[in-house]
Amino acid sequence: MSDGAVSDVILKTEGLTKHYGGVHALQDVNFELRKGEHVAIMGDNGAGKSTFVRQITGVEQRTAGKVLFHGQEVSFKGPLDAREAGIETVFQNLALADDLDVPSNLFLGREKVRFNLGPFSILDFKHMRDSTRNALERTGVKIPNLSNKIRNMSGGQRQCVAIARTATFPSKLIIMDEPTAALGVQETAQVENIIRTLKANGEPLVLISHNMRQVFDLVDRVVVFRRGRLVANLVKKDSSGEEVVAYITGAKQAKELAEVA
Amino acid sequence: MAKSVEGVGGLTYDKSKRSWPPELNVFAALVLIVLAFELIGRFFLNDSFLFNLRPDVPTFFNELRLQIIILQVAITGIIAIGVTQVIISGGIDLSSGSVVGATAMIAMAFAQIGVVNGNPNPTLALTPAYADLPVIVPIAVALACGLVAGLINGSLIAFTKIPPFIATLGMMVSARGVSKWLTKGKPESFPTEPYTFIGGGFMPVVIFIALAILFQLILTYTKYGKYCYAIGSNEEAARISGIKVENHKMLVYTIAAMLAALSALVLSSKNLTAQAGMGVGYELDAIAMAVIGGVSLSGGRGSIIGTVLGALIFGVIISGFTFMRLDAYYQEMVKGVIIVAAVVLDQYRQRSGARGK
Repeated sequence: MSDGAVSDVILKTEGLTKHYGGVHALQDVNFELRKGEHVAIMGDNGAGKSTFVRQITGVEQRTAGKVLFHGQEVSFKGPLDAREAGIETVFQNLALADDLDVPSNLFLGREKVRFNLGPFSILDFKHMRDSTRNALERTGVKIPNLSNKIRNMSGGQRQCVAIARTATFPSKLIIMDEPTAALGVQETAQVENIIRTLKANGEPLVLISHNMRQVFDLVDRVVVFRRGRLVANLVKKDSSGEEVVAYITGAKQAKELAEVA
Repeated sequence: MAKSVEGVGGLTYDKSKRSWPPELNVFAALVLIVLAFELIGRFFLNDSFLFNLRPDVPTFFNELRLQIIILQVAITGIIAIGVTQVIISGGIDLSSGSVVGATAMIAMAFAQIGVVNGNPNPTLALTPAYADLPVIVPIAVALACGLVAGLINGSLIAFTKIPPFIATLGMMVSARGVSKWLTKGKPESFPTEPYTFIGGGFMPVVIFIALAILFQLILTYTKYGKYCYAIGSNEEAARISGIKVENHKMLVYTIAAMLAALSALVLSSKNLTAQAGMGVGYELDAIAMAVIGGVSLSGGRGSIIGTVLGALIFGVIISGFTFMRLDAYYQEMVKGVIIVAAVVLDQYRQRSGARGK
C-alpha cells in the first residue's frame, strides 16, 4: 500500500482480538474505513459486532492487535479518550441519563463551565442550550421542549437525542450501534435521514444494523461478522442481500476460513 | 413557544400538561398535615396546634411549638442534606448516625475545660494538656473525623465495588465502636465556652438553613450536582460519557460524612455533652426525611428543598403526636409507616411518570 493511500484511511484495525476469559469474542479482525465512507457491520447476535465497537471506543481494552486512527496507533483508556480523539459513538443502550434534560445529556461528561472551581465548577447553561439547539438543527432533529427530561420522551426522541450528541462536537468518525432497533417506522425514517445528512457532509460512519433494507439503502460497503471473525467485506453495488445473509448464517464462507471451520 | 408543537414522528407536546415540580406536592402534604393536626386540636382537644390560644402570652403563633419543631429537625436535617446527595447519586448511607456518635466523642475530647468549680475536670478523656484548647481545634478534629469516615466509605464503594448498603453498614457498626472506645463508654461534659456557641440558641437552625441553601445551589448549578443526578440516573451512561464515577462517589460520601460530623458538633454543643449512644437511628431519620421529601431511592431524582420540606413534615408529625398526647412508641410505629408510604408513593410516581402515559 502506498503512502498516499494510508492518509485516506480513517480507521484501521490489525489482528484485533478480544477474549472474555475462555470466550473468544473477537478473533484477528482486520478492518478498514476510508474518508467519507459509510460502512455497515452485520452479523448474528453474539457475532462480535458490539464487542468490536467497544474495543475501538475504549469502553473495553483489547486482548491483542492494533487500532490505527488517522494513521496513528491508538489505545484509548476510556470512552472520553476516544471522544477527545474524535470518535463519537451512539451506543446500543443509548447511554443517556433519564433524569436529565436534553442539553445536560448532550454535554454529559463535557459540560461547559462558566467558573472553574474544580468539581464545583459552575455550569454555563446558556451556552449549552444554544449549542444544543444548533446541533438539533444541524441533524434535523425536532425536540419540542429542551428542558423535558429524557424519561418523558418517546424511543424515537431518545434516539435522536443520542445521535444529536454526536453532532454537538466536532468529530472525525461516528459509530452507531443499532440506532433504529427499537424505533417505529416514522422514527426510523427520521434517523435514516440524519445518516443521509452525515453522508452528504462527507462524515465517515460505521453503522451496526440488522436491517438489510436500511443497510443497502444507506451505506457503501458491508462487513459481516460471524463467531467473532470478520468473514466478508462486500462492496454494496457488487453484492446482494442473499449474499450477505449467506455469510451471516455461515452458508457461505470466506476461502481462507473454509478449512478452519 | 407555541402551546402545542409538532414533535418527532408526529408527536405533540402540550406545555400546559407539564407536571409541576414534585417539591410542590411535598409542600402541599406539609400544609395538609399541619391542617389535620390543627383540626384535630380544635375539635377534640380544645387546643390549637399552630396558634397561641393563651391570653397571657402575647404571640399569634404557638412559637414555642414551632421552635421545638424546627430545632428538632435541624440537627438530623444537616445529616439529611448529605444523605440526599448520596441517594440522588444512587447510593445509600447507613453510617451517619454512628459517625455522629464517634465524631461527637472525639471532638468533645478536644473541647474540654481543665478545671470545673476548682476541681480537675472529671470527664477529661485526654491528658490535661489537651484542655482549654481554642474552639477551632475541636471543629478541625470533627471535620477530620468526617473526612476519614467519608473517605473510607467512598473508597470501599468506589474501588472494591461492594454495595453502598454493606460498606456503610460496616462503618455504622465500627464507628459506633469508636464512639465507645475513647472514654470506655463514659460521657464527656464541660465543654469550653466558645464551643457551646456552635449549637447554642438558634445556631442549629441557622447552620441547617445555610447548608441547605448552599447545597441546593451546588446541586443545581455545578458540575458536581449534574454528576450526582447523572450517576444516579444511569451509572453506565455516566461512565461511558467519561465521568469519573469512582472519584465522584468518593466526593459524595466524603461530603455526606463531613455533614454528619458537623451535625455532631452542633448536637454535642447544644447538649453540652457527648455520649457514646449519640445519634443512634439518626441515619434512618435522615433517609426518611429525604424520601418523604421526594428523593427517589432508585437515584437520579430529588432536591435539597424537597428534603428540607420532608424534614419539616417529619418534625411536624412527631410534634403533632406529642400535641395529641400519644406515647412515644406510637410515634415510632407511625414513623415506620410514613417511610414505607413515601417509598410506595415514589414507586407509583416512577411508573406513572414513565413514557407512554
